[in-house]
Amino acid sequence: MLKIENLHAEVEEKAILKGLSLEVKAGEVHAIMGPNGAGKSTLASIVAGKEEYEVTEGSIELDGEDISELAPEERAHEGVFLSFQYPVEIPGVTVTNFIKTAINESRKARGLEEMPAKDMLKKIREKSELLEIDRKFLSRSLNEGFSGGEKKRNEIFQMAMLEPKLAILDETDSGLDIDALRIVANGVNKLKSKDNAVIVITHYQRLLDYIVPDFVHVLHDGKIVKTGDASLALELEKKGYDWIKEEVMS
Amino acid sequence: MDLKEKLVSSYVAFEDGVNINSDVHDIRTKAFHDFEKSGFPTKKMEAWKYTSLNSILKEDYSIFPDKEKTVNLADVKKYFIHDIDTYKIVFIDGKYSSFLSETTHDQIDVCLMSSALTKSKYKAVIENYFNKAAKEENMTSLNTAFAKEGAYIHIPKNTEVEKPIQIINFTTGTEEATMLQPRNLIVAEQNAHVQIIERHQSLTKNAVLTNSVTEIFADRHATVDYYKIQNDAVSASLVDNTYIEQQSESTVSVHTFSFGGNITRNNLNFFQKGEHIDSILKGITIIEGKQHVDHHTLVHHIEPNCESHQDYKGIYDERSTGVFNGKVIVEKEAQKTNAYQQNNNVLISDKATINAKPQLEIFADDVKCSHGCTIGQLDDQALFYMQQRGIPKKEARALLMYAFANTVLESVKIPEVKERITRIIANKLGVNIGFDI
Repeated sequence: MLKIENLHAEVEEKAILKGLSLEVKAGEVHAIMGPNGAGKSTLASIVAGKEEYEVTEGSIELDGEDISELAPEERAHEGVFLSFQYPVEIPGVTVTNFIKTAINESRKARGLEEMPAKDMLKKIREKSELLEIDRKFLSRSLNEGFSGGEKKRNEIFQMAMLEPKLAILDETDSGLDIDALRIVANGVNKLKSKDNAVIVITHYQRLLDYIVPDFVHVLHDGKIVKTGDASLALELEKKGYDWIKEEVMS
Repeated sequence: MDLKEKLVSSYVAFEDGVNINSDVHDIRTKAFHDFEKSGFPTKKMEAWKYTSLNSILKEDYSIFPDKEKTVNLADVKKYFIHDIDTYKIVFIDGKYSSFLSETTHDQIDVCLMSSALTKSKYKAVIENYFNKAAKEENMTSLNTAFAKEGAYIHIPKNTEVEKPIQIINFTTGTEEATMLQPRNLIVAEQNAHVQIIERHQSLTKNAVLTNSVTEIFADRHATVDYYKIQNDAVSASLVDNTYIEQQSESTVSVHTFSFGGNITRNNLNFFQKGEHIDSILKGITIIEGKQHVDHHTLVHHIEPNCESHQDYKGIYDERSTGVFNGKVIVEKEAQKTNAYQQNNNVLISDKATINAKPQLEIFADDVKCSHGCTIGQLDDQALFYMQQRGIPKKEARALLMYAFANTVLESVKIPEVKERITRIIANKLGVNIGFDI
């Protein structure tokens, strides 16, 4: 589904990704771990199309099509979803109106009619129940005054509404207490299918207890330096990253 | 001949058409001499530092357009709020259009200033109110000198006007350049309630200069909601001088929506003459090209226990320029005043300019006065966030601008006006809005 090859990227002439390759197939869950500043969030932003980052070499393909020149919204229409590490507050726009607009813009891009109001409401009801979201929450301004946990839950709610092909969860576990973590993870697991894929970016093992990855990659200095199965995450949790850095050095 | 000379020398001709043996004419003549002495405002005056009228005063304006013009309702219907029933006072090139208007004398007076100034049954009201709130200021004096036509609205005690009143000034552009000086008087007596929508609309590309004066009097416990829709052609300029006098427990709100026009100057003045008064001043400005909009507001807190709320949002693109000067005076006697002022601006382009100046003069010691002024840009991270969810950049920008202006929009009490403003904004931003906020 997603194929990144030899990706080099920079921001303000500073190289952040230095030849990263990654292949994610439909139905898979990949975890990307690594120390601070390794380039994890940058990778997420670049796949989503953030304009400040310049891809200087390499390619990003989604289902065989190069998406590296597409605008962020076009990538979203192709099925890329990024759950933000720091979701943006947008005062004056309610959660419901925002998600309605997002869904209908995606439908428009695909040549579909707007979703009938009745279907929209039904879907909102279903997905908010899945994520145990209080109905009152939906008429609040998007992310304004939300706690860290509410923001993250709202991200996964939007993911559930948009049903992306490829979801990238950028530190979705940060700011979540253990109950919220379970709800969010449960939501993600329920949305998983053989046709979509999830990339989980995290510092810690604990989210991976709930969303079990097929592959764990370690990102260091703009490259993937080690790949393993779920047990690699446990090992990292126990031993930290230094041994990997040493391995790379030698 | 420059415009001032032209105006001054035409005064004798103007006097031919009015009764010069009236009290009103004494007021006119005094104002005329004031204008003759002071002339048009220049950038040397502190209050006009950022707004120059020079470029528009050069036109050879026709001062008394006298051709009777008719317009087709079908052509101008879109400028009305037409999906609800309203009273209408409509002028075409400064002349009353009975065809487009819907006035009344049933319990309330919704009619013409020209009648009010000449007919004896209005004499008492005119004596009590005409030019009583307006100040001797260049442009106002000019208007007063030539005051003859406009809207006259008188709402007696305990009367709630069940439908809004629209005041619309059309210019047809038959003349190469037209100058208009409408003069409006609105009197809401004790416990009266009225909603008014005002619009100036040029129908051609020819230059128009409107110098308008509106006086509003709200007696005890009266409520007046006033909406100014400024979305005129880019060849039309407007100097709007509005003076509001409020008595105890009255509430007056003025919303100014500035989207169009060449040079627009709003002088909005509130005078609080009693206690427990609420004054509300709100505005949304969205302009581009070389448009210029200047909001000069004044709230004069004279008595104790009153409130004022100001909220102005501005979005400036391309080479447009904006001014916000919000003056609040709290007199020594005006203890327990609560004055709130908010002015937020977004500059979309590097070449756009805003001059923002809160001006607080506080002589009382037990008051709550707050003001906040910001100038910023649209948040890139917010745009990326919205785009990531599939909302195209143009729509994302529009949505952010709506959200930015929404605190003003949501206080509009007439849903059809709110809807109209939303639609004008959407048109301006070139989006089809599939959202309502």
